[in-house]
This record gives sequence, structure tokens and C-alpha cells, in this order.
Amino acid sequence: MSPKTLYDKIWDAHVAHEAEDGTTLLYIDRHLVHEVTSAQAFEGLRMTGRTVRAPEKTIAVPDHNVPTTPGREDPAQMTPESRIQVAALDTNAKEFGVHYYPVSDVRQGIVHIVGPEQGWTLPGMTVVCGDSHTATHGAFGALAHGIGTSEVEHVLATQTLIQKKSLNMKVEITGKLMPGVTAKDITLAVIGETGTGGGTGYVIEYCGEAIRDLSMEGRMTVCNMAIEGGARAGLIAPDQTTYDYVKGRPHAPKGAQWEAALDWWKTLYTDEGAHFDKVVTLKGEDIQPVVTWGTSPEDVLPITATVPFPEDFTGGKVEAAARSIEYMGLTPGQKLTDIEIDTVFIGSCTNGRIEDFRAVAEVVKGKKIKDGMRAMIVPGSGLVRAQAEEEGLADIFIEAGFEWRLAGCSMCLAMNPDQLSEGERCAATSNRNFEGRQGYKGRTHLVSPAMAAAAALTGRLTDIRELM
Amino acid sequence: MEKFEKFTGIAAPMPLVNIDTDMIIPKMFLKSIARTGFGKNLFDEMRFNRDGTEIADFVLNKPQYRKSEILIAGDNFGCGSSREHAPWALEDFGIKVIVSTSFADIFFNNCFKNGMLPVVLPQEQVDLLMKDAEKGENARMSVDLEAQEITTSDGDVIKFEVDAFKKHCLLEGLDDIGLTMEKEASITSFEKAAEQARPWV
Repeated sequence: MSPKTLYDKIWDAHVAHEAEDGTTLLYIDRHLVHEVTSAQAFEGLRMTGRTVRAPEKTIAVPDHNVPTTPGREDPAQMTPESRIQVAALDTNAKEFGVHYYPVSDVRQGIVHIVGPEQGWTLPGMTVVCGDSHTATHGAFGALAHGIGTSEVEHVLATQTLIQKKSLNMKVEITGKLMPGVTAKDITLAVIGETGTGGGTGYVIEYCGEAIRDLSMEGRMTVCNMAIEGGARAGLIAPDQTTYDYVKGRPHAPKGAQWEAALDWWKTLYTDEGAHFDKVVTLKGEDIQPVVTWGTSPEDVLPITATVPFPEDFTGGKVEAAARSIEYMGLTPGQKLTDIEIDTVFIGSCTNGRIEDFRAVAEVVKGKKIKDGMRAMIVPGSGLVRAQAEEEGLADIFIEAGFEWRLAGCSMCLAMNPDQLSEGERCAATSNRNFEGRQGYKGRTHLVSPAMAAAAALTGRLTDIRELM
Repeated sequence: MEKFEKFTGIAAPMPLVNIDTDMIIPKMFLKSIARTGFGKNLFDEMRFNRDGTEIADFVLNKPQYRKSEILIAGDNFGCGSSREHAPWALEDFGIKVIVSTSFADIFFNNCFKNGMLPVVLPQEQVDLLMKDAEKGENARMSVDLEAQEITTSDGDVIKFEVDAFKKHCLLEGLDDIGLTMEKEASITSFEKAAEQARPWV
């Protein structure tokens, strides 16, 4: 048998039907659903008299629209449209009988944080959601990717997806990371290297010592942004770190089933000699704490660098860079550490987990955020919030001057009331710095949680290593 | 879904690279639970001032491009989120075909589900079409999916590749879900085998 990649193995285990031209019906093990991209799909089922084929494999949770301020049970906190969208998910979840975590449930949170937390996401699974950051679940060695609403309807009705196989790409991070460098810096550095279109047509497998050394939460941060590199999915082979994380979670297998699952999971790695269509290698020790300067996640530079000149680029990127620099209100040649920040946003499916908050607490403990700074910390789930409170992190944040919020997507995409105003500049731990992403004419610099914490203290983009 | 028919229409040039789904349809317009009506908010922040007045130099606001049916776009069009509202907005505006050197994966798939055709061409051919599109309403291109050809206003014929299954679905206006449900037996037998092999799923 010819050697297979991890992607090949998971794909092969999920082919329900393959046509002669390679068009495949891929069986879906877990379908995650949120309120923004599902209403039209459920309505489609209703209009055609179809049902949800596997409600027991379908998990719904509202996250994008929900307010994150205390007292959010009060419907007045949401716009009428947001209220209708969340109410539609309530109704659809009940009517079609899928698993559901409503806003009132302590387990509610961002769909990509809730899935792993509850043990829905397991190695070797296929996982889809009408959300591009479904790539997050690849950290478990699950083939996970975002789909559009028509495909959501297709999965609801048939529990399969019409797919053609992607190409295999290997991203290896060798050696050790330097102090102050985190999973977020790895994933941004990779996108800086490949560009936002560099992964188009590929499934990425991240490997190498620096990846192995990451916790599950760090691995989720890396895979989360595979989509920002254009890849269909990002994968990391499961290992003891994965099994330890999964064991004992509410929906993880137990007893004899755990042993059987473990036997299979241990076969989920890329065979020696398997073919990759593209290979990218970065040395762990070369990766610096990074920050984005522009309006594409590929606009990445080490924090020690200066704002580039449009002429530094070639082709269509010259015009795009000039547009970005103008939009961001920057001057070419300006030091990145001289850029002053108005707002700090810590949270999102990229960096809204407990370890992210521990990293922030380490930086801000006993200190105060800069006068006039707006700084908010938004947990990825109600359980993350509870744990942070139990560990005393929440008190540290509140004493430092942060707003301590309830769980949701919040200012990552600013569909709820958490938004930037025109010209407001934000250091954010989220995943996209697009024009208008966090609010009309808002300006976003993507950073790691520790770097965001540092910016909150100093009021400018800051090299975390200066504070260590 | 309506069948994709051969047509001749105006092409608008949008050479900017990395046009993302937040540009195509900003998040404040994702709150509708309908599939229609997004066209008026297409490219909202590029197309309109905050007071709702048009930004005159945005390509789709120029008189010659207001009825565009084709977009000739810069590299990596449609990157970002999975929101199908992006193709819904383009389709609702009247765009049927988008040409670029590359598309983001999810956006590319979403187009086909809505009767739209994304065409990937090499840089020099996109450049040629971009030049043609810059001629304004005189630049009427023809798109023939059956023959896999785009004909420029000068009569240049450019061939393009398209996945055979996706082409068939577009030409016939087929509903994917209906097609998949015909393979119900395969799905059921897969489920039975998977239940044996991986009972914990």
C-alpha cells in the first residue's frame, strides 16, 4: 500500500460515494451550527419537506450576534434583526431536534470553542460548520472546514458534502520557539510567508518540533488561521497531548469505546515517504513576536520592523499595500512600536481560551492599563469564563482596568454591539484585519494575547520581550 | 436554480487583489434570515458614504458599469469568511460571472450553488480581459459555459477550465441536495459500516 498523509487517511475513511471523475460524497461526523449562516438552510429544509438526517451529530449554539455585556438576557441589548436571528436558531434547534446550547446555558460560547470543550470534536472526524474558522478543529487531527449556507442545508439533509479532494501541503516548524513567541506568532508568520492565497487548493498539515511542543489550545490557534492562508483545512496529527485533552470530556468516548477509539487514533499520522504537493519549512527560533500592519492577514512583520513602502511589493500588491497604509493611517518607515493604540480586544475563536487568558494575566498582574484605553476581555465560552474566575484571573483583569465580558464572538467581527468607531485603532487577538472588520473605518492590528496585554499597558504596539 | 445560459454583458474591472467577503458584504447586513435583497448592500463601504450617497469613483457607481454582469477581479477574490451572503449579494446585483487568477475556496464553491460562474485564468488573460473591461459599456463580453469560452469585445476568444460536474449542474440548474438524495443507499450503507468501525462517533 502506498504511503498516505494524515489527510489521505481521514478522507479515505469518510468516502460514502465516489464518482468516476473523483466527485465524492464525504460523510460528515459533526455538523456545528450558529445563527448567522443557518436560518436560510433550515428554511430550505422546511420548504422542501426535508428533515435533518442526523440530529444527534448536529450541534447548535448562538455566538456571532449575542451581546457580551452583563444583563444580556434583556432583549433590548440586541437589535431587532439580531434578536430575530437568535430566535430563529432557538426555534430551528427545537423543531429539528439538534443538540443546543442557548444563550442562557453556561456552556454557550463561540462554536469552535464549545465543540472541543464538550468533546464533540475528536481525532479522525470530519467536522463542518457554516463558518470559515471551523479550521480550528484540525488541531485534533480532524478534517474540519467552513462551508456556505447551501452546503449547510446539504449536510443537514444528507449528512454528506460534495467534495473533490484537495492537494496536500506540509508546513513544518522545526526546533524550539524563543521566549515571548506563541502559537499566534507561528500561524501569522506562516501566512506572512505563504500569503493569504498560498494555501488555496490545499489541506495543510502542520508538523515539526515546535508544533508538537504546543498545548491543544496553542494547536487550535495555529489551525484556526489556516483559512487566513487560504487552505481548506489545517491538521495536526493527534498524540498524547490530544488524548489527554479529550479524555473525560462530556461527549468523548468512555470505557471500551475509549480504548477502541485510541487504537484507531494512533494510526492517524502521515506515513514515512507520503507525498506532499507543497512543503513550507520555518525554523522555530527564527519566528519573532509579530504584528499585522495592513488590512490583510498576510501583512505581517516582526514587532521590531517598520511600516513598509508600497514599492517594496510587486504586482497587484503595490496598489493594495498603498490602500492598506492609507486606510490604517500609517506612514511608511514608521516604527511599528510607535503606533499608538486606542482599544485592546482579547478573545475570539483564535485566542479566547483559558491559556490565552493566563498569558494575559501574567503580563497585566498588579498593573494598570493606560489611561483612556478601552480594553475588553471576552471569554470563548461560559465555562472559560467560570474557570478564569475560579483561577483569580478575572480579578486581575478587572483590577488592571479591563472590561470582563460574557462569552461570544464580540468585536472579532463586530456583529454585536462591540464595535470600533471610525479611525479607532485596536490591538486584537482575533483573526482578521480586513477593512471595516471590527467596525466602519476601524483599524485592526492582529497580535498574540501577551502582545495585546502589553499594548493595553503601554498604549502602543509593544514588543512583549521588553516587559519580560 | 435557474439554468446558466450563454449571455453577453458588461464587464466591470476591479483590479484590487485580496477583495475579501467583508468588502463584498459587510457584517451588519448578515442579519437577514432571507436569501434575497443583499444586492443593495453589495460592496457597501466601497460604494456608499455613511449618509447613503454614492462614492462616484467606485466602479459599479460609474454610469457605464451600473448594469455590469461580469466582474474582472484581482487575485484571491472572495477570501475571508464563509458567508454565502457574498455571492447572494453579487447575484442579486446582477453579477453572473467573476474572472480572477484565483478565488478563495469556500467563496468559489458558494458561487456554483447560486448559479454563478467563477472563472480562473492565468494572469496575462485576466490582464487582457481587464483592459477590455476598462473600455466601459462598449466592452460587452460573451460567456459561453457550454463551449467554455469568453469572447472579448474585440472578438478574442479565451478558453477556460471548469469542473465537469459543476458545469453540468450550472447548465441544467440542478439542485445538489436532490442529486445526493438519489445516492441515499450509499449513504446508508456507509453509515452502517462506520457504526461498526467507529461506534464512538
